[in-house]
Parts: sequence; C-alpha cells; structure tokens
Amino acid sequence: MSSGVPLSWYLILSAVLFALGIAGFLFRRNIITVFMSIELMLNGVNLSFIAFSYQWKQVNGHIFAFFVMVVAAAEAAVGLAIILTVFRNRSTLNIDDISSMKD
Amino acid sequence: MDVILFLIFAVIAVVCGINVVVQTHPISSAISLIGVMGSLAVLYLLLGAEFIAAAQVIVYAGAVMVLFIFVIMLLNAGTETRRGRSYMAQLLGVPLLIAFLGLMAYFVARVFPESGGVRFGEFRGGSAQAVGRAIFTQYLLPFEVISALILIAILGAVVLARKEME
Repeated sequence: MSSGVPLSWYLILSAVLFALGIAGFLFRRNIITVFMSIELMLNGVNLSFIAFSYQWKQVNGHIFAFFVMVVAAAEAAVGLAIILTVFRNRSTLNIDDISSMKD
Repeated sequence: MDVILFLIFAVIAVVCGINVVVQTHPISSAISLIGVMGSLAVLYLLLGAEFIAAAQVIVYAGAVMVLFIFVIMLLNAGTETRRGRSYMAQLLGVPLLIAFLGLMAYFVARVFPESGGVRFGEFRGGSAQAVGRAIFTQYLLPFEVISALILIAILGAVVLARKEME
C-alpha cells in the first residue's frame, strides 16, 4: 500500500489558494473580482479545516467548514446586493472610483 | 493513486486560482473559480469529507457562483481597465507574495514533518450521518444561530437590492 499524500501538501495548497485570494483582493480593480477573491480565500481556509479534521480523525472541522460555507453564502447574497446598489447609484464597478469613504 | 489524484486536482485548483487573479474579464474569473471549487470538492472527498464535498458542489459551485454570474451579467460588467499602479507595487508585489508563500510552506513542512500520509478511506467520520449527528447534538446552538444569520442576510439582501420607492 502506498504511503499516501503528506498532510503538509494539503496545507501548502491551502496556503497557495489563500495567497492567490490575497493577491486578487489587492491587485484587482473590479469590485466583483475582489469579492470572488474573498471566496477564494474562504475556500483555502476550508481546505485546511478539512485537512486538520482528517489529521485528528474528528468531525468538528467539517462542522466549521460547513459554517464557513453558510457564512460565505450569506456574505455573497448581501455583498452582491450592495454591489447592485452601488452600481445603480454610481454606474461604476471600479473600486478606485468608489472611494468617498476614504476622503 | 492518492498522490496522483491529489496532484491532478491540486494543479487544477492552483491553475484555476491563478486564472481567477489574472483574467481581466469577470466572467472568466468566475468560471475559473468554479474550477477551483470543483477540484476542491474532489480533494474533500479524498480527505473523507463526503458531506462537505457535496455541500461544496451544491452551495458554492452551484448557488453562490450562479449568483455571481447572475450579477455580472445583470450589471454587464466589462473588461477591467488597466490603471497605473504605483511602481513599488508592480515591482515588489509578486516577489513578496512568493516569499510569503515560501515562508508559509517552510513552516508548515517544519511543523508537520512526518504527520502520516492521507489515504483515501482511512477516515470515515465525514458522512452525512456523522456530520448531522454532530450538528444536532454538540453544535445545536451555533446551528440555530447561523440559521438566524441566514434569515437576516436574506432580509438584508432584499432591503438593499430593492428599488427606492418615492
């Protein structure tokens, strides 16, 4: 029987996805893509929850991943509603143009 | 076999993840994100999380991404226009990111040097039955709280997206 995949590979993959999410969050200028980068980060975190759950042979990590999923769905619904409202008022999706809270 | 499956789907996930970041059109990013979520579902299956894998496909790749694509099409979001970034960010961004990743990989490999391999079928506690039992006994209160959160999110989305009525 083969020795299987080291757990650290899963964790490193999770870190890679999280870092890609950070990169998208910082570099992209379209508000929808920024939002998708957040989803990418949440997915990366979920993968390490599941990997640690496997490591300790317990189901608790699955519950946390499930809750993260639920929160992500709620966040997507509210966030996209906010994006719709912003677009209706400003007619732009570029986050450089939506910075009135900064000034 | 485990290693081959892991490598195939990890490479798909990383390539799609890079695609999410570098594509300029939001629809291409969204399609790539679905690729990431699908391959992550397979990895969850390899880790013995059957219920979470199914939920990943149904909730994330299904519901959430359909919502995203719906909004992209509704707003007719076009290709992102390139703006001039600060020279510093262009020069340092990617190397710093790779350095951060390298550091993270190094510490993960140090902390979990020989933590045993992940073999498919060794952990069977991720079935819908086991997850359901945990949710409805040990995690009953968080489950109820999160259902209230979903309700509030629905109401918030409806209120926010409603047309202003004079």
